[in-house]
Amino acid sequence: MLAALVSRLGQMVLVMFGISVVAFLIFFATPGADPSARIAGRNASQETLAQVRHDFGLDRTLPVQYALMMERLFISRDLTSFVNRGQKVVPTVLEAIPITLSLVLGAAVLWVLGGLIVGVVAGATRGTWLDRMLMILSLIGVSIPVFWLGEVANLVTQSRWHDTWLFSWVPPLGYIAFTDNPWGWFKALVIPWFTLATLYIGLYGRVLRASIIETMQEDFIRTARAKGIGERRVLLRHGLRTSLVAFVTMFGLDFGALVGGGALLTEVVFGLQGVGKLTYGALQTLDLPMILATVIYASFFVVMANFIVDVAFVFIDPRVRDAH
Amino acid sequence: MPTDAPLLVVENLCISFRTEGGVVPAVSGVSFSVERREIVGVVGESGSGKSQTLLAIMGLINSPNAVVSGSVRFLGQELLGLKRRALDAVRGRQIAMIFQDPMTALTPVHTIGDQIIEQIRAHENVSRTAARKRAVELLDAVGLPSPESAVDRYPHQFSGGMRQRAVIAMALSCNPALLIADEPTTALDVTVQAQILELIGRLRDAFGSAVILVTHDLGVVAEVADRVLVMYAGRVVEEGGKGQLFREPLHPYAWGLFASIPPMRGPRPARLTAIPGSPPKPSQMPQGCAFGPRCTFRHEACVAQPSLGGAGGHRSACFLPQDSRQDLRRTLTGRIPA
Repeated sequence: MLAALVSRLGQMVLVMFGISVVAFLIFFATPGADPSARIAGRNASQETLAQVRHDFGLDRTLPVQYALMMERLFISRDLTSFVNRGQKVVPTVLEAIPITLSLVLGAAVLWVLGGLIVGVVAGATRGTWLDRMLMILSLIGVSIPVFWLGEVANLVTQSRWHDTWLFSWVPPLGYIAFTDNPWGWFKALVIPWFTLATLYIGLYGRVLRASIIETMQEDFIRTARAKGIGERRVLLRHGLRTSLVAFVTMFGLDFGALVGGGALLTEVVFGLQGVGKLTYGALQTLDLPMILATVIYASFFVVMANFIVDVAFVFIDPRVRDAH
Repeated sequence: MPTDAPLLVVENLCISFRTEGGVVPAVSGVSFSVERREIVGVVGESGSGKSQTLLAIMGLINSPNAVVSGSVRFLGQELLGLKRRALDAVRGRQIAMIFQDPMTALTPVHTIGDQIIEQIRAHENVSRTAARKRAVELLDAVGLPSPESAVDRYPHQFSGGMRQRAVIAMALSCNPALLIADEPTTALDVTVQAQILELIGRLRDAFGSAVILVTHDLGVVAEVADRVLVMYAGRVVEEGGKGQLFREPLHPYAWGLFASIPPMRGPRPARLTAIPGSPPKPSQMPQGCAFGPRCTFRHEACVAQPSLGGAGGHRSACFLPQDSRQDLRRTLTGRIPA
């Protein structure tokens, strides 16, 4: 068990190393991409270019360049932006992380609970009007673009009905740090949470329903019913437990991708300066150090989320435990 | 609840399924009873309605397209149409079931022990520790090696025979008065089959349970049953004590079944006698006797549906005259069974 964990961690490190190499090569070593030209700015003289090249170590061999870059990213952490001179990349990313994590974690709690409820209720009442209604609502939730939903939510809560009793509590757009004001943090994020979670509640609800319906046809469900335990117990303890595999797999992938910057649209709509928005800005200005930092950060979360899913499987399914 | 009522009485049980091609009967008018501590064997080909009959007794037919009618009385209590809560008080506790395929009959994500404990605690107000102790005893009783560690293991860590033992242990956990076994040995190796059968035979002595044993293997029935029902195309075509039925089967279908078993003694036949044709599809039942189209002795009376009749507890559903049947049977096989 412990050996499996350690070997998995080792794999994680290897994967992240690979990603950092690829990201570095794409941005610093693709033919025609001369980072020193970007740093020096337009119309820079050859002397300035040479100076910049030397300062940033860009005249050294690629492995050395890579090592220098990693050193500045992870050890001295003094890598600065190419675009906003003097802006240190690592602290900027670290500042954006709590915002994105707050947004995605809260939304994840909502969509896991919502997905479980929708999936179990629809699966248990298969074929009834309740099931049909839930599935139609889920389909609507999946189909609504998140930026549209966010803008509508803003229109309603920030403008049209903001002065009514219903939404007068909604703070202006932006992030309030949890450490400054927990209640304010909650109020600022609750609408973004619902907005981001809507798609996933629908998606997860539909997947879980299908998975539960399939599981409830299994022989072991018949055995469980023959034992004379109530139907609720049959559904939750035998049906749901065995149906969670697809649910957990999806959760790992989606959560990792969102924390890694996939919640960009929600961040933009609600004025949250998270990792997604940071990456987006860096890509627009081709701010190479910033891109490198955010890509490596994102890869870390995707790999991490996959690791957590693998560990979760060990608890969900004993057959996986023995496969190691 | 009257205690002198027979253990199980099934009367005129009919099961049909609504399909796109109309209503298809699976079981038509099956009646039989089971006494306390009796082992009743039910034989028949696949699709003869034997499994559906058992599932109906357990209230396990939940297809919305199934129509079940008739009566199933257990110790005087009608089980058909019973509310889920009342049904759950009976099944698992007084009637337990063993299923055909032990590989898929256990929930893969819970330990054997948890699944047995769950059943015990659903019916009896005992502590988890006490239920666990009983689970270990049960696993020991059905012959699982090292039951103390087996109780904490998962189904996938067991072989098929061991899983079937675990399923049987689970079925026995509340000392059921009636155990329903649906082809419990079909999915197992021959050697394991013999062990499981011996186990089921011993259960009556150890736990005092009556057993309904469904199988398509006549050898299994000969081994353990007291009484035998022969089913064909959703009906009981012959019923009798094992001795009577094996010595002098009355229905041409039963003749065919016996004739298809290789004889242990006497000259070796060049070819085993097979029943010609194949069982009717439930959607295309022939008029009258369902076995008619495959029967060598079909005559004009067979266009009607024969009812189960006969004396001395040995009954059959056939129009052939009672006294000439054994002579007719000899013409079929050309040999007299030992």
